[in-house]
This record gives sequence, structure tokens and C-alpha cells, in this order.
Amino acid sequence: MHVRFSLITLTTLLFIIVSAASSFSASAIPVDTYEFQDEVTKTRFNALTKELRCPKCQNQNLADSNSPIAADLRREVYDLLQQGKADLEIVNFMVARYGEFVLYRPRVSSLTYILWFGPAVLLLIGVFVVVMIIRKRPKEAIEEALSAEQQRKLDNILKDK
Amino acid sequence: MNKVIRFLPLILFVVLGVVLYRSLSLKPTELPSAMVGKSFPEFALYTVFDEKNVKTNADLKEGIKLVNVWGTWCPSCRAEHEFLLDIAQADRFTIYGLNYDDERHLAQKWLTNLGNPYEFSMFDELGKLSINLGVYAAPETFVIDHNNIIRKRFAGPLNERIWHDEFEPLIVQIELEQQAGE
Repeated sequence: MHVRFSLITLTTLLFIIVSAASSFSASAIPVDTYEFQDEVTKTRFNALTKELRCPKCQNQNLADSNSPIAADLRREVYDLLQQGKADLEIVNFMVARYGEFVLYRPRVSSLTYILWFGPAVLLLIGVFVVVMIIRKRPKEAIEEALSAEQQRKLDNILKDK
Repeated sequence: MNKVIRFLPLILFVVLGVVLYRSLSLKPTELPSAMVGKSFPEFALYTVFDEKNVKTNADLKEGIKLVNVWGTWCPSCRAEHEFLLDIAQADRFTIYGLNYDDERHLAQKWLTNLGNPYEFSMFDELGKLSINLGVYAAPETFVIDHNNIIRKRFAGPLNERIWHDEFEPLIVQIELEQQAGE
């Protein structure tokens, strides 16, 4: 029983490793050979290059793009990390040169209010409309109901048949 | 109120139509430069023809300067080269080259064979100055005024018409500012 259990865990583990490895090799992510002093810096590098947009190939982030400018910007991000710069400083560095455009997550400003709050406003409008419709419905139902007089007539007709 | 609601779909349709029609003619690849109005960044680079002596901001002449980003890998740079040779004749401004992501021998061959419109051409192999300028592709042309401020960034190949419409008026304006001692 004990042996069997560990065998199952082992196969599961193997399966996870194999599927993870195959998912990595399947995508054509450019390969850089950067060495990081620790795991935290590596994670930060990966996060930053995913958050920053390639200015040339506009629908790709820095991590995904093979263009020369993206490679240069990845190296720049790496250099800045090596210099001990904070994430915010690195992002500001890019924005100062390439504009807000390089941010995949735009900052909240008067220009982007509609982007950030538009969906919530639309949702509120939707809720309002739904509430209006629901509140209107019973009134119509009452109007369409037969009056006592009409009901009596109808009963008479049905009784004759 | 009911009448307004009846026309709501039509109003929405018209608004959406206008917005979508407008975006047909938008060019998302033409990004505004974040560098306009800022000082030309500090640099220290070798040039295409000189790999021993470093050029810095101190080596740029006074007055109006054009900085043209180019590379031998860029077909549009070839297209505008003739025009650059043309305007290099003028002594109202100095043209500097910024060779981006290129190989030295190819760049040297290019300038030797096609003619050299540049005072000198910085060799930016690692893209250090190019990144500081916010360059994302070649060719790009920057106008730098007498106070070392970037006044304009143009992305794409230069030609007579663009020069006449966008560059000429700006250079005249800078010249006027220069005379006024600003």
C-alpha cells in the first residue's frame, strides 16, 4: 500500500515535469543567457519583461519578441536590475523614453479613466436597466389581467361549450 | 423619455460608426516620442570609422543638429540616403548619424560606397544611446536645437515633401529663437 502510493506520486510528479518541459519547448520564446544572482531577481526580470511592451512589435511584450529592439531592451532591464534598481525605477526609465505606451497595464490618469472605470460604469448602467425592467413588469401584468366582469363572461362562454 | 429610448439604438449605432470610422485612419505604429522637449541624452560612443576615440556630447557642434538613426539592415534607410546627402550640403545645421545594431564593416562599406552625409556617425552596437533616445526602429530623425533640446522626432524615411512640411518650418523657428538669443 505504501509502495503503491509513492509510485503514484512519482508518476504524477513525472507527468507534471514532462508536461511543464514540453510546454516550455513548444513556445518560441527568445533565449537569452542571463545569469541572476538569486531567484528573486530572476522572477522580477521575468515579470518586468512580461509587463513591458515591445515598441516595435506592438502586440508582443519584451519577453516574447525576437526583434532587435526587444533584445536590447531586455538587456537594459537586466543591466538595471544588476545595478540594483527598483521595479518602479525600471518602469519609469522605460516610460521616460518610450512613453506610457510601453505599459501593458496603463496607469490611472485622466486619459485612462474611461479604460479603468468604463466597464464598472457600463455594469452599473446594466444593473439600472435590469432593475427598471423588473420594476415595470408587475404593473403591466396587472393591466393585462382580466377584470372580474370579463372573467365572468369568459366563464360563461366556456361553460356553454 | 420613451421617445428618447426608442432612438437609443440609432444614436448608439451612429456614435459607434463615427468612432470606428475614425479609427480606420489611425496609425497605431506612429508613436509620439516621449523625448521631445528633453535634453539630448549623454553618450560616449565610438564612431563607425573610429574605434579608438570616444565621442561625447562635447563633440557635437553648436547650433542646430539633426541626428539620423540608421542601419545597413534597414531598407528605408537606403531609400532616404540620397535625400540626406542632398540636405547635408546646407550649412544651417549639422547632421550626425547614429548607427544602430549594425556591423562595423557593413556600415563603413555603406558610407564609403553611397556617400557620407554625416559629420560623424556614432556606432551604437548595444543600442545604449538609441534606447535613451526612445528609438524603436530605423530610420528616425531627431532635431536638436542650439540649447541641446530635442525638438522633434520623425520616424520613417525622409523625403522632399516631409522635409518641406515638417522640418523646414521648425528649423526656421529655431533660427529665429537663436537670433532672439533665447
